[in-house]
Amino acid sequence: MSDFPARARALVIGCGIVGNSLAYHLVEQGWSDVVLVDKGPLPNPGGSTGHASNFIFLVDHSKEMTQLTVESTRQYGELGVLTVCGGIEVARTDERMEELRRRMASAKAWGVEPVSLVTPAEIKELVPYIDESILLGGFHTPGVGVVDSLRAGTIMRERATEAGGLAVFPGTEVRGMDVEAGRVRRVHTSRGTIAADVVVIACGVWSPLLAAMAGAHIPLTPMVHQMIDVGPVPRFAQATSAIEFPIVRDMDVFMYERQDGTSLEIGSYAHRSIVHAPEEIPSIEEAALSPTEFPFTQADFDPQLADALELMPEIVGDESVGVKYAINGLISLTPDGMPILGETPEVQGLWSAAAVWIKEGPAVGKSLAEWMVHGESHIDLHSSDVARFHDHQKTRAHVVARTTEAFPKTYGIIHPAEQWSSDRGIRISPMHARAEALGAVFYEAAGWERPQWYEANAPLVERYGVEAREAEWDARWWSPICSAEHLAMREHAGVFDLSAFCIFDVQGPGALDALQRSVLAQMDVPVGRVVYTPVLGPGGGFKSDLTIMRLGDEEFRIVTGGAHGMADRKLFRDALPADGSATLTDLTTAWTTIGLWGPRARDILASVTGDDVSHEGFPFATCTELEIGSQLVLASRISYVGDLGWELYVPIEQGARLWDVLWEAGTPHGLTACGIGVYGTTGRLEKGYRAYGAELESEYTVVEAGMARPTVKEQSFVGKEAHLRHREEEPAAILCTLTVDDHMSASGVKRYPLGREPITLRDGTPLSDGKGRRSYVTSAGAGPSVGKHLLLAYLPPEHAVEGSTELAVEYMHERFPVTVAVVGSRPLFDPENARIRS
Amino acid sequence: MRALVCVKRVPMTGGRIVLTDDAQAIETRHLGFASSPHEECGVEEAVRLVEAAGGESVVLTLGPAEAVEQLRDAMAIGADRAIHLQAEGEEWDAQATAAAIVDAIRADEAEHGPFDLVLFGNESADAGGYQVGLRVAAALGRPAATGLKAVAVGDGRVRCEQEVPGGRDVYVLPLPAVVTVKEGLNLPRYPSVPGRLRAQRKPVATVTPTRPASRLQKLRLVVPEGQGTEATVLGHGADAAPAVVRVLDELGVL
Repeated sequence: MSDFPARARALVIGCGIVGNSLAYHLVEQGWSDVVLVDKGPLPNPGGSTGHASNFIFLVDHSKEMTQLTVESTRQYGELGVLTVCGGIEVARTDERMEELRRRMASAKAWGVEPVSLVTPAEIKELVPYIDESILLGGFHTPGVGVVDSLRAGTIMRERATEAGGLAVFPGTEVRGMDVEAGRVRRVHTSRGTIAADVVVIACGVWSPLLAAMAGAHIPLTPMVHQMIDVGPVPRFAQATSAIEFPIVRDMDVFMYERQDGTSLEIGSYAHRSIVHAPEEIPSIEEAALSPTEFPFTQADFDPQLADALELMPEIVGDESVGVKYAINGLISLTPDGMPILGETPEVQGLWSAAAVWIKEGPAVGKSLAEWMVHGESHIDLHSSDVARFHDHQKTRAHVVARTTEAFPKTYGIIHPAEQWSSDRGIRISPMHARAEALGAVFYEAAGWERPQWYEANAPLVERYGVEAREAEWDARWWSPICSAEHLAMREHAGVFDLSAFCIFDVQGPGALDALQRSVLAQMDVPVGRVVYTPVLGPGGGFKSDLTIMRLGDEEFRIVTGGAHGMADRKLFRDALPADGSATLTDLTTAWTTIGLWGPRARDILASVTGDDVSHEGFPFATCTELEIGSQLVLASRISYVGDLGWELYVPIEQGARLWDVLWEAGTPHGLTACGIGVYGTTGRLEKGYRAYGAELESEYTVVEAGMARPTVKEQSFVGKEAHLRHREEEPAAILCTLTVDDHMSASGVKRYPLGREPITLRDGTPLSDGKGRRSYVTSAGAGPSVGKHLLLAYLPPEHAVEGSTELAVEYMHERFPVTVAVVGSRPLFDPENARIRS
Repeated sequence: MRALVCVKRVPMTGGRIVLTDDAQAIETRHLGFASSPHEECGVEEAVRLVEAAGGESVVLTLGPAEAVEQLRDAMAIGADRAIHLQAEGEEWDAQATAAAIVDAIRADEAEHGPFDLVLFGNESADAGGYQVGLRVAAALGRPAATGLKAVAVGDGRVRCEQEVPGGRDVYVLPLPAVVTVKEGLNLPRYPSVPGRLRAQRKPVATVTPTRPASRLQKLRLVVPEGQGTEATVLGHGADAAPAVVRVLDELGVL
């Protein structure tokens, strides 16, 4: 067709809810020459948007998800396609009631109101056709609604087209992409070739195929979600709108029921995981219904019929009400359950806007548009970043394994520390056999099997008198051994397997400048210095925090956490100079890291090396090479646990040897193997050390986090202007350390908050800061050496008062009194840092 | 009243039909399965006859293990029990199919007494052989009427209406009889959820018949030219209204 443009500022592929929204918001935010294509017809091109159930429950335990959902609902309302009907998540079991109480806390933490716990009788009043006698209660969200996502997409396309910024081409199939010098240049379509600065894949279940055209990965899989439609329902015969009764989520049997005109729609996540491959999806011409509506497999749904009948006998048990429509609808699932958003790490200019459900679509469109146009989005999308995946996580086998495991948990009760059971054992540290011999309980980090604690240390629990946790939920995925290992480290020394670190070397004449531009801290430091630094976004919020060693004039080593390491790698790669004067090499699998900390750490290290490890000879925040036997070890004197000690780097094949040498030398000094429970939680929290993704997110500033340094470096860096501005302003919130004063619950069981709970006044009033953010627990855990359960939380300045006892933490719908122990970053344990600097 | 209705599991084609690489079958990877539409009316009719007169309705199919789904579908809307002639793999032609069904009918009748009425679809939705019902009737020596749009049973007879150009031919057959029916005979009900649940518990007798050597050889399937749908845009917005009215008028729905 002749009117198909030869070039575009942005080419968005896919006219589902995400593509429509993104195209609209790009135009809204000032871009023109935006082109939107889809191989299917409009308004329903045949993707998952077209068969979506279109209801939106607002509260999720994930802040990022909740923010996206709330913003999307706002947009649907503004577009006039939202019908608010309310929603009730009902409980048939005590475990579910506990989960609903936890949901109350999440609602308060993220500011979703109103919500309430309702009794079976109250549920009956709201949903008169329910059999409340089988229920224990419910979680009622009056703001739940149903949207017309196809209509929303149409309106957004029309608005953007009328504004002159968008051209839309349905019936346009993408057949190939040209990538040159690592950047996407052109896209070949059935209407011709189009050059574009930015290409966005918003193709839902087809997205992996599109990404593969450019050599990128969007690791999602189509999976079946079954739904049936029964009717006509006599009670709904007089219905004047599509939905007049609240949507019911029957959580314990993984189903939902909602009125849809004169019908009742019954959806299920209770059936077996039915995975399809993207390349198996039929073409529009071949599909009997739409490409993403697969033939219903009755046998998979049959077991759920009885559950639906039990909950809604009046309707489902009515012989005159027939099953009129039933499909296996395809939805997109990802290995970690989060969307896949952002510029792909493999191809510059190629963005992913995939694995997004109806409830997130409009907000994702807006956030991605902000990210493209302004460099970052208001909502922190780090959990959804396409750059987060490690290589093994991009494989089909991993995607299938994890989504198959996750699907039955769609309505499941997921513990915040819950571990995956499928596709484990991918990355094995050189110390693994030693850890196994010590009874390590392995948690997964970036695919690594990482000891969380060691069962061999069980005798320490009695020795240090560590209390067990009484409530099963609080004790799940936890062990008192963590606290015992902590106390052993504080008394003697601990050795840690830190193999999950990501390690990148940045080298070359342009290395210093590239790093200066990327991070907050001054990087022009003497060779041998170790610098801990935040990495900021353009708005001055956190994009990461990590350490950088200066190994030479033109040689730097970045060490960062495994979980966020791949996103960090993209960030630093993108910052490399165009002239090639600096390179980044990923040495994660070349080096392994062993941590050695505790008051006896120096004695242990000194006994295995002839090099000077005295305080004067090896000062804090420096690194140097040590000879330990026949091993050359890069030692870095820093600490994330607040004790004297070192991170020791050796080639990965020598890790086991180094561990053995330290182990043998350390035994007379009381050396204890310590798990990540100490490294990531107890040691860290006692010292008030912040963690990326918990305390440090893009919506908080360096000043709020209490991490502003006395001066700001002269050189420019990302986020500098915003950071300078933040330093002039009064912070809207201040990160504080809180202690729980009394753990006793109403039921007489001591409870221990695990994190993400709201901080309130003692009467339950939530705290909001000047930017409208709620105060919530960013991290929680034991402080064994201070004898308290510790919470980190951002508090509005008027409440950030040391010694204040006016606050409480709300956990499982009960409030527990807390004291503000520290305002800012001063450590609760060893506030003078005498241990680290001894 | 004892009624037997025979159904066949066929792919539900909605889009463009794709053949397997060897052109021996329809590619069913993306397709669901159902009983042929004519037979769905047959099931509904059998259920209604038994609802009205009492007795038993039985559903029978010859097909793979998965064909039990179609038997459950029939039982979900009211058939009392099912007979599954399990046949894997090879093509059963009309002769072989009819022979197996005749054997099954004789075996069932020996135990439970004769079927007053045996219902077939006029032709299957996939092979379209138009033969099985008549072959079964001939083998059993029972009268048969085909292509029926109305069936009424009373006084030991069945009154049959066959659609012909310009009107309907009416036949009255003595029972027991065989009829083949067409879509439009009735409006089949949707299964209710309780019906679905009951169907799971209803009995299915499985028999494995021996396939006689086929006297037909299938060379290959061919998808006819010109298959597919064509869309004409009648106009946009309110301007399209007169054209829409014209089309509706032509269709005789106004």
